[in-house]
Amino acid sequence: MAEGTQQHPLKIYFFVWILLFVFSAFSYWVDWYGFQGYTRWGLILLFMMLKAGFICAIFMHMWWERLPIIFAILCPCMAILVFVFIMWHESYYTLLIRKLFFLITGT
Amino acid sequence: MEESTASVEVTVPPNKGMVADWASDQKAFKGVPWGKAMMWIFLVSDTFVFSIFLISYMTVRFSTKAEWPNPSEVFGLHIGDYNVPLLLIAIMTFILITSSGTMALAVKYGYEKNRKMCAILMLATAIFGASFVGMQAFEWTKLIMEGVRPWENPFGAPQFGSIFFMVTGFHGTHVTIGVIFLFIMARKAWRGDFDTGRRGFFTSQKSNYEAIEIMGLYWHFVDLVWVFIFAFFYLW
Repeated sequence: MAEGTQQHPLKIYFFVWILLFVFSAFSYWVDWYGFQGYTRWGLILLFMMLKAGFICAIFMHMWWERLPIIFAILCPCMAILVFVFIMWHESYYTLLIRKLFFLITGT
Repeated sequence: MEESTASVEVTVPPNKGMVADWASDQKAFKGVPWGKAMMWIFLVSDTFVFSIFLISYMTVRFSTKAEWPNPSEVFGLHIGDYNVPLLLIAIMTFILITSSGTMALAVKYGYEKNRKMCAILMLATAIFGASFVGMQAFEWTKLIMEGVRPWENPFGAPQFGSIFFMVTGFHGTHVTIGVIFLFIMARKAWRGDFDTGRRGFFTSQKSNYEAIEIMGLYWHFVDLVWVFIFAFFYLW
């Protein structure tokens, strides 16, 4: 952005700062309280996405960027999700083969 | 991408122009300083690096037959009679968020050409970052003393150690590099290099307060990566 156009009130930074503290406290509380299973994973992911979103949007000023650069940054990251999907299945396949091997060899 | 000196009017709100910019047969990122665009592109590539680490972590954790160690216990601290889960990691998380806040304010004061506030806040960011690295060193020492190695550990699946040292080590390296650059930039801001247009020692280029925002992008990214590491490695 050209000089002089970055005028954001101090308030928004403090607001996001406090929000990040609260979200971090909540995600620590998930572990402290001992949630298990889908509740735990869901809450962890929720607070993670909220924190990441606020850091990206406000602290990194993405909210005020032009749309082309936002898309140039975020679109390639979609490939990561595809990779996660592929490796998720791959890992279960590996586990299956291991279990079969240990079953046959008796170890 | 535009030269930082060009007088490009940035539309407010600037987050439009998706089709027009890409189809303009000229420059796609109108009004974005080249340094900032380059930093974003670097951060996207760094995102891939950390993603591959976290995906490999997911793959080994899902595919191992051995029990995965419970991070809540492994990273717990004994305070008196109490065993507090993940205490050090929680403190590290809060310190990194605090440093992100001071960095965001440094960028703001930079754009207001308040060089002293900008430098002080960057110095605070650097000190928070350095204390984060110090705590990480403490954590590594503790785990190594307990017998955690990249190939084995007393808690369960042997892959735990290799993933731990690789992911936190790589993140810690990023924080360390960030701290070094924060000290350099804080000195430059304090001296008024961004007001006088003093040429950089290494690049011989003039710079301005956009450099603070670019530094901030890197630092916030380091915090961003920690958010994902904290969620997937320490809490999951």
